[in-house]
Amino acid sequence: MKKIHKSRAKMSDQERYVLEHHKKHHQITALRLLILAAFLFLWEIAAKTGLIDSFFFSSPSIIAECFMELLENNTLGVHLAASIGEVLFSFALIIALSLAAAILLWWSDFLSRILEPFLVVLNSLPKSALAPLIIVWIGTGAKAIIAAGVSVALFGSIISLYSGFRETDEEKILLVRCLGGRKRDVLTKVVLPSGIPNIFSVMKVNIGLALVGVVIGEFFAGRVGLGYLIIYGTQVFQLDMVITSILLLCILAMLMYQILQWAEHRYYRKTGIENLK
Amino acid sequence: MITFDNVSFAYHSLQGETRAVSRLCFRVEPKSFVSMVGPSGCGKSTILSLTAGVLSPQEGEIRYDSDKKPIIGYMLQKDHLFYWRTIWQNCLLGPELQKTLDDNTKTRLTELLKEYGLWEFKDKKPQELSGGMRQRAALIRTLIMNPELLLLDEPFSALDFQTRLRVSDEITHIIREQEKTAILITHDLQEAISLGDRVLVLSSRPAHLIRDVTVHLTKSGDDLLSARNAPEFNGYFNMLWEDLKEETDNEKNSQVAGQDV
Repeated sequence: MKKIHKSRAKMSDQERYVLEHHKKHHQITALRLLILAAFLFLWEIAAKTGLIDSFFFSSPSIIAECFMELLENNTLGVHLAASIGEVLFSFALIIALSLAAAILLWWSDFLSRILEPFLVVLNSLPKSALAPLIIVWIGTGAKAIIAAGVSVALFGSIISLYSGFRETDEEKILLVRCLGGRKRDVLTKVVLPSGIPNIFSVMKVNIGLALVGVVIGEFFAGRVGLGYLIIYGTQVFQLDMVITSILLLCILAMLMYQILQWAEHRYYRKTGIENLK
Repeated sequence: MITFDNVSFAYHSLQGETRAVSRLCFRVEPKSFVSMVGPSGCGKSTILSLTAGVLSPQEGEIRYDSDKKPIIGYMLQKDHLFYWRTIWQNCLLGPELQKTLDDNTKTRLTELLKEYGLWEFKDKKPQELSGGMRQRAALIRTLIMNPELLLLDEPFSALDFQTRLRVSDEITHIIREQEKTAILITHDLQEAISLGDRVLVLSSRPAHLIRDVTVHLTKSGDDLLSARNAPEFNGYFNMLWEDLKEETDNEKNSQVAGQDV
């Protein structure tokens, strides 16, 4: 970006607007960082002065120490890799299965009317209640954890994708029909392409849910992973490890969400859909 | 081109039967441009669906001049160009669906786009174009299919008045130049008179024909307003206005009578 050095008086209204806009943007970022820094600082001070018990509440410096320790003996890499792998696998399964199911429901109105109450019940069920059952059915380990991850998000995802498909503009469908398109064409030429923004928002919800499911799965069935680390840390009263793991989960969730956000922006830019809104 | 012979059609729902069209008779000659007006909700769109064969008459008959149903093209109120496709890709949607996309089609599309001022915009997305250009692109998407009959369902009503005059003029020009038969549905009397060779006036629901008038205008020029400034224009306008007013009044009276029962 070109930097413009001009006195404010010489600026056009447009230049002044752009400058103000950037200024506001920087201010917001600065304030966010400031809040984070203040929080960490107060936490550290409170722990150091004994205002809070660092055994239970830990402190930024202890967390950093714990993080380095876990990094050095390579435990962290193993646990992190396991969790990330399970989340990504669950996420891919959720998207593939729910897309397939939503397409099937869209295809057959009769089928969707039959299945609707079942989907609603399955979706409103607290999925964590299923975790113990899943272990009995499939045993412990990665398979059970992925099953837990999938079960948390699958039904909601099917419902959201299906209702998105149903909101496709009827006149656009009629147009394809009139131009000689068949049901398959309606799906591939209208329903799916016009549903992409909805698919992206469903994906953004599901990446978070997959993480929740995987952590629940690791609580019950894991020998490795951040969820396991949290449970293990609690059992041996190593709360630093627990809080470090939780922080890592935060960062992981944010990163995955950001990647999807970036992909979504790229898509919007490519199609020029921004102009529509 | 097409003949409606005593056609009736009713919709059914759990609430009961709604008669949309009743014993409707009219004929559209090849290469003519027919406007259809009627009170709102009178079943105009049902008539288009019947013409297109999306719906079948429950009574009466629809006959085409040729042995098989002619190829039919549509233009609707919204252009329905797909925002994820370029203008070029949008215009090729029909051939793509019919699997008739070849070099001939592409050459023809190139000609059409060049002729109607969209060639430089062929790689743009529809949302980058003005409303008028988008309607032209929508028409080209239809024309590329070589339709024999064009059905226009209020294609200009979403445009503002000035654009509307220009675009309706452009579109009608193109349709006449390409020697297509067209049926235009509109609720705008001025549009119906200035664009059509004939105006059909429909009754309120269930729709049947109450007037069929051939329009002769002495135009002073070829510009947008010449048809509307023709000396005969007001005569036609008043006549059709009276027809529609009567129909709307009848409908109101019958509703009031219905409440008394």
